[in-house]
Amino acid sequence: RAVESQGEGQCAPVESLWRRYSEFELLRNYLSVTYPHIVVPPLPEKRADFVWHKLSADNMDPDFVERRRIGLENFLLRVASHPVLCQDKIFYSFLTQEGGWKEMVNETGFQLKADSRLKALNATFRVKNPDKRFTELKHYSDELQSVISHLLRVRARVADRLYGVYKVHGNYGRVFSEWSAIEKEMGDGLQSAGHHMDVYAASIDDILEEEEHYADQLKEYLFYAEALRAVCRKHELMQYDLEMAAQDLTSKKQQCEELATGTVRTFSLKGMTSKLFGQETPEQREAKIKVLEEQIQEGEEQLKSKNLEGRDFVKSAWADIERFKEQKNHDLKEALISYAVMQISMCKKGIQVWTNAKECFSKM
Amino acid sequence: AASTPKPLPSTGPKSLREMPHPLATSSSEEMGPALTPSPDLLLPRSIADKDLSLPNGTPVDTSSPASSSSLLNRLQLDDDLDVETRDLFVTVDDPKKHVCTMETYITYRVTTKTTRAEFDLPEYSVRRRYQDFDWLRNKLEESQPTHLIPPLPEKFVVKGVVDRFSEEFVETRRKALDKFLKRITDHPVLSFNEHFNVFLTAKDLNAYKKQGMALLSKVGESVKYVTGGYKLRSRPLEFAAIGDYLDTFSLKLGTIDRIAQRIIKEQLEYLVELREYGPVYSTWGGLEVELSEPLEGVSACIGNCCTALEELSEDMTEDFLPVLREYILYAESMKNVLKKRDQVQAEYEAKLEAVALKKEDRPKVPTDVEKCQDRVECFNADLKADMERWQNNKRQDFRQLLMGMADKNIQYYEKVCVT
Repeated sequence: RAVESQGEGQCAPVESLWRRYSEFELLRNYLSVTYPHIVVPPLPEKRADFVWHKLSADNMDPDFVERRRIGLENFLLRVASHPVLCQDKIFYSFLTQEGGWKEMVNETGFQLKADSRLKALNATFRVKNPDKRFTELKHYSDELQSVISHLLRVRARVADRLYGVYKVHGNYGRVFSEWSAIEKEMGDGLQSAGHHMDVYAASIDDILEEEEHYADQLKEYLFYAEALRAVCRKHELMQYDLEMAAQDLTSKKQQCEELATGTVRTFSLKGMTSKLFGQETPEQREAKIKVLEEQIQEGEEQLKSKNLEGRDFVKSAWADIERFKEQKNHDLKEALISYAVMQISMCKKGIQVWTNAKECFSKM
Repeated sequence: AASTPKPLPSTGPKSLREMPHPLATSSSEEMGPALTPSPDLLLPRSIADKDLSLPNGTPVDTSSPASSSSLLNRLQLDDDLDVETRDLFVTVDDPKKHVCTMETYITYRVTTKTTRAEFDLPEYSVRRRYQDFDWLRNKLEESQPTHLIPPLPEKFVVKGVVDRFSEEFVETRRKALDKFLKRITDHPVLSFNEHFNVFLTAKDLNAYKKQGMALLSKVGESVKYVTGGYKLRSRPLEFAAIGDYLDTFSLKLGTIDRIAQRIIKEQLEYLVELREYGPVYSTWGGLEVELSEPLEGVSACIGNCCTALEELSEDMTEDFLPVLREYILYAESMKNVLKKRDQVQAEYEAKLEAVALKKEDRPKVPTDVEKCQDRVECFNADLKADMERWQNNKRQDFRQLLMGMADKNIQYYEKVCVT
């Protein structure tokens, strides 16, 4: 299927891998800009992060590449299952069109729409009346990011230590074997128990490999938190623009009023200079008033449409956020359950090995 | 001229009753006709008839007035003695701290229940401190130099960090002291030792100790009859093998000890990380609404895992490691007995040569030595057989303990993760 073929493209040699990933990035950027009110699914990490010592941090490592492939596939599935995003034509051609896709995307001129201010991560907009829900949401997404990355870091350390514990048991295998050589009745028992210790020590590799999958699920939501945050910032930005526009309108109205009534309420350089260097002619004043009135009318229309835009944005964004929340709760619940299942299975394996060893010992 | 002794049959780890009576099978030409092989296998009493004594002059312990048949019965029993046929029970418990002006120390209660005639009363309860146990062991080594005396827990605490009065340390020591006495109790010869009897019964052990010291200095005997300077011609293969075995055995146990310690260390480090891991889920739970319950659940699980792991490490430290170390000590003391045996044989060989040179028909001295050697071998083999069986059972015991602990840990996981 179309999705699979894109995914499989990742197995191609080095150059195509990197190009492919960048095309995914391009797609995502396009979607983020074109649908600012949507929480756009995130891409898997570019570089291996949160690794514990056994896992290589090498991006060319086959395990990492494989996990990234799965992540990219997952990304496409997310987009495809989104009620709004799946209908996008560029997305469709990403899946179906071999050549010239990049050009097509650039032709849409979406980069022009991209507000560079959003890129400034630390920039804050002094917004007077943001929608409280968004403020809370932004706060939540920050906290979520922080807690998940903490979790992932500690998990990596836990995995590291657990690996150590299991591996040292392998030494038992060797010494039991050596010991069994000098024993008579105890020999067989020791030898077979030693074998089980080796099995135990080896089992940790698979266990931790499986756990990586859980870590990846968490990572997805770590990055989702950023997408969530992005939507909040877009709202902030819109609100900021709105407030700026309203402020501008108000000041223009004031100016107009002042000119009309001749009173100077606010200090303005023009006012001062005209006072110092002579009054304006009534004609000049009329002309100014006319210009201002036009601007005011424009401004009012703009404000109206901005308001409308803003409200629409809030409405549709919030709808998507609700959808996202449900998805998140569902996904994470499942992830936690499968993690628990993994742990149980790990314990059961442990029980099995030790029970076997016990049996060997009892036969000594 | 006395003939060179036949190489003794390699007996291997057989049980006592399987072994042929050494006095019967060894070259009877060397023995005086007056010595009749008696049904009492290794009863010192039979040898006492000939007024033999150990080369260093210490009279052999013949305090036992028990009839030969009942002793025989006892000796014929398998080491896994039925409770009904045992007539001596000893336990060590109830540690108490004593604070005196000079020092602070711990005493343990030693309780004895017995039907043996050697004891005046059927029950005794005395308090003893480690020093007393140490004294007992030394006395046993002195008076029964051909036997393997069970090891005591270490006298000095190696790590300066360990608290001599901590509950764990005292409990570990108590268990080891209890085992020490039980092993003596189970021993067909050691349990009849006079010093052992006094240890179990005397109200004032110190008085007895002083008396013993005086006696010793009167007789002026040296405990060690390991007379240096005798070179061993050839060590019977059997003993060389035992020596080698013990060497490798100690080595392997030492390795296991190190591995176990390493595992415990790694587990503790793992525990440290786990302790940080759990609460993060909790924090996250606080952030969420719908997910808060499952997240808290995971946090709690991890907490339980921590506890279970802690228990596992503790159990390993308290029960597993000490037993390993005990066996290493055992091996050490066994090797010493082997050395003594070598010396005895060497002495015998030298004397034999001397006799041959003197052309005297005095088989008595060599016979002494040879009989002694016989006894050493018998006991050695017996005890080795004992040890194997003990090893078997003990290993099974503490491996099961280890397994049980791993099980407990794991079952904990299971129960807990089902949330």
